[in-house]
Amino acid sequence: MGAQKKRAAAAAAAARVSEDPDDLARQPLQAILLADSFTTKFRPITLERPKVLLPLVNVPMINYTLAWLEAAGVAEVFVFCCAHSKQVIDYLENSEWFSQPNFTVKTIESHNIISAGDALRLIYEQNVIHGDFVLISGDTVSNMSLTQALQEHKERKKKDNNAVMTMIIKKSKPSPITRQSRLGTDELFMAIDPNTKQLLYYEDKADHSKGTICLDKMLLAENPSISLHNDKQDCYIDICSPEVLSLFTDNFDYQHLRRHFVKGLLLDDIMGYKIFTHEIHSSYAARIDNYRSYDIVSKDIIQRWTYPYVPDVKFCGNRATKLERRGMYRALEIEQSRSAQVGSFTVIGYGTKIGSNSKISDSVIGEGCTIGSNVLIEGSYIWDNVIIEDGCELRHVIVCDGVIMKAGAVLKPGVVLSFKVVIGERFVVPAYSKVSLLQQPTVHDSDEELEYADNSSGTVEFSCTADQSNGEMTSESSEAHKPKLGTGGVGYIWSICEGGQEEEWRHSVAPIPEDKLTELSEAMDDDQELVTQDRTALSTSGELISDSNASEGDDNEDSKDDSVYFEKEVEATFLRAVEENVKVDHVILEVNSLRLSYNMTSADCAGAVFYSMMKLAIKTPHSSAIGLLTLYPSPFSMVASNAYPIYLSGELQQNTANIITTWQKLLKSYLLEIDEEIEIILKFEEMCLESAKEFSPLFARILHILYDKDILQEDAILRWADEKEGADESDKVFVRQSEKFIQWLREASEEED
Amino acid sequence: MPDTQALVMTFLTSLKNATARQTAELLRSVISQQRVPYTNQAGALIDAVKAVGEQLIAANPVELAVGNIVRRVLHIIREEDLSLTTAAIGELNLSAVSDDENDDDRDGNTTLSAAAVAAAARSTLRPPSLQTLLEDTPVSAAVPQTSSSGGDSEGKTADKSSRSRKLKHDVIEAVNELIQDIVTCHEQIAEQAVEHIHQNEVILTLGSSRTVSEFLFAAKEKKRSFRVFVAEGAPRYQGHLLAKELVARGLQTTLITDSAVFAMISRVNMVIVGAHAVMANGGVIAPVGMNLVALAAQKHAVPFVVLAGSHKLCPLYPHNPEVLLNELRSPSELLDFGEFSDCMDFGSGSGSPLLHVVNPAFDYVPPKLVSLFITDAGGHNPSYMYRLIADYYSADDLVVQRRAIAGN
Repeated sequence: MGAQKKRAAAAAAAARVSEDPDDLARQPLQAILLADSFTTKFRPITLERPKVLLPLVNVPMINYTLAWLEAAGVAEVFVFCCAHSKQVIDYLENSEWFSQPNFTVKTIESHNIISAGDALRLIYEQNVIHGDFVLISGDTVSNMSLTQALQEHKERKKKDNNAVMTMIIKKSKPSPITRQSRLGTDELFMAIDPNTKQLLYYEDKADHSKGTICLDKMLLAENPSISLHNDKQDCYIDICSPEVLSLFTDNFDYQHLRRHFVKGLLLDDIMGYKIFTHEIHSSYAARIDNYRSYDIVSKDIIQRWTYPYVPDVKFCGNRATKLERRGMYRALEIEQSRSAQVGSFTVIGYGTKIGSNSKISDSVIGEGCTIGSNVLIEGSYIWDNVIIEDGCELRHVIVCDGVIMKAGAVLKPGVVLSFKVVIGERFVVPAYSKVSLLQQPTVHDSDEELEYADNSSGTVEFSCTADQSNGEMTSESSEAHKPKLGTGGVGYIWSICEGGQEEEWRHSVAPIPEDKLTELSEAMDDDQELVTQDRTALSTSGELISDSNASEGDDNEDSKDDSVYFEKEVEATFLRAVEENVKVDHVILEVNSLRLSYNMTSADCAGAVFYSMMKLAIKTPHSSAIGLLTLYPSPFSMVASNAYPIYLSGELQQNTANIITTWQKLLKSYLLEIDEEIEIILKFEEMCLESAKEFSPLFARILHILYDKDILQEDAILRWADEKEGADESDKVFVRQSEKFIQWLREASEEED
Repeated sequence: MPDTQALVMTFLTSLKNATARQTAELLRSVISQQRVPYTNQAGALIDAVKAVGEQLIAANPVELAVGNIVRRVLHIIREEDLSLTTAAIGELNLSAVSDDENDDDRDGNTTLSAAAVAAAARSTLRPPSLQTLLEDTPVSAAVPQTSSSGGDSEGKTADKSSRSRKLKHDVIEAVNELIQDIVTCHEQIAEQAVEHIHQNEVILTLGSSRTVSEFLFAAKEKKRSFRVFVAEGAPRYQGHLLAKELVARGLQTTLITDSAVFAMISRVNMVIVGAHAVMANGGVIAPVGMNLVALAAQKHAVPFVVLAGSHKLCPLYPHNPEVLLNELRSPSELLDFGEFSDCMDFGSGSGSPLLHVVNPAFDYVPPKLVSLFITDAGGHNPSYMYRLIADYYSADDLVVQRRAIAGN
């Protein structure tokens, strides 16, 4: 280690001397591979084995990353090991990675590092990076070609010395319901300059409850164009200039690569460092961040998106496997009963035995497993040397090395069994539970700070003594330890912490249950309704609502919303016209323009105008007709109208008549056809039933007024009456009320004939 | 032999674009670095080549050319050893009974060794090579052990060491010849172009193959005027490249989609295509879409001609070729991951993917659809392939595995 350090330092010194850009370009490409994720998402498994050595489709994850780095033309890789560093180094030493020509793998070991930022600071101190390097974590699967991204990075760097990093992104649509990407991470918002591909904004912890994100207005002021994406996936592959390391050293509080470093650079406009993006289209890249991404990346591998890193092509350390029809991969020397059904998209490892009548589908089975008869395995990941006895059921679970499941045991979706756990006979492990031989550490990482503080230290406290501050939690967890795993079971069921059960399904290996989805989509609908209500509230206050707001809603809602808005707008226009004594012609003009902008028919206009006139009639202080009523201020009119229907209705009728007389020209300009007149009657009817019940006793009289003023023709009224003939009794209230009037109209027309 | 091991490792890592020539060159260096014992030199060489060959084949079983070359080299070692042994025996006989004729000597007088040789030949069930029959060279197959017995009867150590050096030398010479054959196979095939392409014909091909393009260029150079239809060869669209090359050489070219092949085939005089591998039964492993072209050609009685260098002849019979000898490539060649990412959200529903994209690289064309094979040795019928293969490979090497060595 020491000698290596010295040599590296000497090399670095040599590199420092020749700082020509040409020399830099010729330097072999280096990479930093962080063999520690500095998170606790894979607990309890990662208490016993580092994440990078967990098998992904029967090959340790780090092999995918190293194989890709080698194929991408990286000459030297520094593997930074922290938690379980000995295991990682031992593994690498025994693997073929140290014996590759043109590809050197060096390990850097440290035990007291607690974040990616610290790791990079340590690497900077070692002086081993002399040029552009690839920063990647050891749990990334990719098959992309680095050539183009690297070239872009170098060219940008030549033009602008502040372009320090190129981030690889890939299109991937997030789920609209769960607001998370298909890899189970939170929905990511990025603002990118479409021309220069500069990253301007990065937010992976957006507040979904509000449904809004906040952009700095300077972002819009300074950039001629930005495109905001939520359908891009961050691949966690970065091409960095050497300055990145020194930046980490300068800003000692940078811990997380994205949350601190990227956001820090984006916010910091003094130094002016820039981050750019490179989007990959045909190739694949994804990072395994949680159990869900483990599931999804495994399936992507089985579906060959990561070609050539697929089980049947030997890339590193995987055994010869044959691909059969329907995506079935089978290694050699498998003992499979004739009656066992192995379904599609299944990988079965070397030397595994499968008993009779067992059904396996969408699963990965490791090496040397023994599966009894009548076992059901669905969408599960079973690692090496697992023994599953007869009649077990496993759905969407992860089962680590050396687990023994006694006969009849059942694992519900989302269960994770850590190394060497034994599940007793007929024991049912509840959904989403995590079982380990080790007890749950009592320090809970609910806090972000804590997450960094204790996760990577490699040693974990297993004290069960009640901590003062965590007293409640501890008692809860120690109770949770009590249920044994059936007869002969060995292990502890971990209590669920960090956000509790509600959030567990988001990152679990099991698919999101159906009821959760419906629940979420209902919640989302409610949210949308709320937003619509907000809008209505706004528009009644007379504010103009631009149609940009409307675009947020669904298309179906749009048309409905539009007519509501239109009505409001017309009403606002009309009221203003009344107040300011605008000429009728001008009002017609204004309403026409509204009609065009909302794409409404003249029937809609007539309805809206009539509606606003009637509204006005109610609102007009009733003092105009009878002086006595000045005592009653207008707000009481509603109450009053109920109390003294006849007395007030007379006055209301008078009001209405006045208004209709004043504005009849406006109304008539939209009554081109008989249909529009009928529309008015229907509208009036609707009003009487719903929004303006005051009119209901006056229905027949106002109808008469309208007829007198030549606004409605008798044909329209008669046709309305005919239409209503077949309707429900409840609908016929007003027809009956105006029966006499209609009767009279009928007779009159007959006389004319 | 750390050096060869390193070479093997490099080769394995670059196997994605490995060619037959590279395999042969690698094996040549393996042979030249292999130290040969005094007795049973051929056996040692065979073991060494087999050990490396096994690794190479296991690395990418779909790349049949690698396996072919390994078997060819093994065959070369056996042949060279045999010719040396027979020469030695002949020498011995000559010195013993110098008056008699050579052929009679060998058949009659060397009773002991010849009997053993004959028994060995029968046990290996190796048919007499057509070439040796025609060239009237003596036929006597031998297993490596006979060489040592032959050597013992001679009893001269100096001679033995020179012979061991000679064997290695001869083998390397022969491997060099093989490499030369692989390099020049395109030209040798192209030489026959004028015999097959006639004036004003319409030729159809699919995808791109160097052999096919050289073949067409050769005909063009001989002042044949003809037209070429190129099916683009989705999803890799190598036909586009071929069309470019053909136009650059001044050939009248029409580019069509793969699905238009059937519509165009009635206007075509001959289909000329390349192959990934030719199996022992005369079946062809070819770029995907080829079976469709072959069926269309058969329907309209258009000759379906396959060009293949002799290194593409594979001594194996195809069992379940659509699956076992195929290579399923990444679905990203067919569709854009980003656009379809919502179809592959396994996080909801039953968790099993509803969308399955299959992108096979190869098609299997059964021998009955092939009218003619043109190899560097001339034109052949599909039914003749097994004879050709018997010339190039020895039956012992069909299974290149350690178990086979243990059996030996």
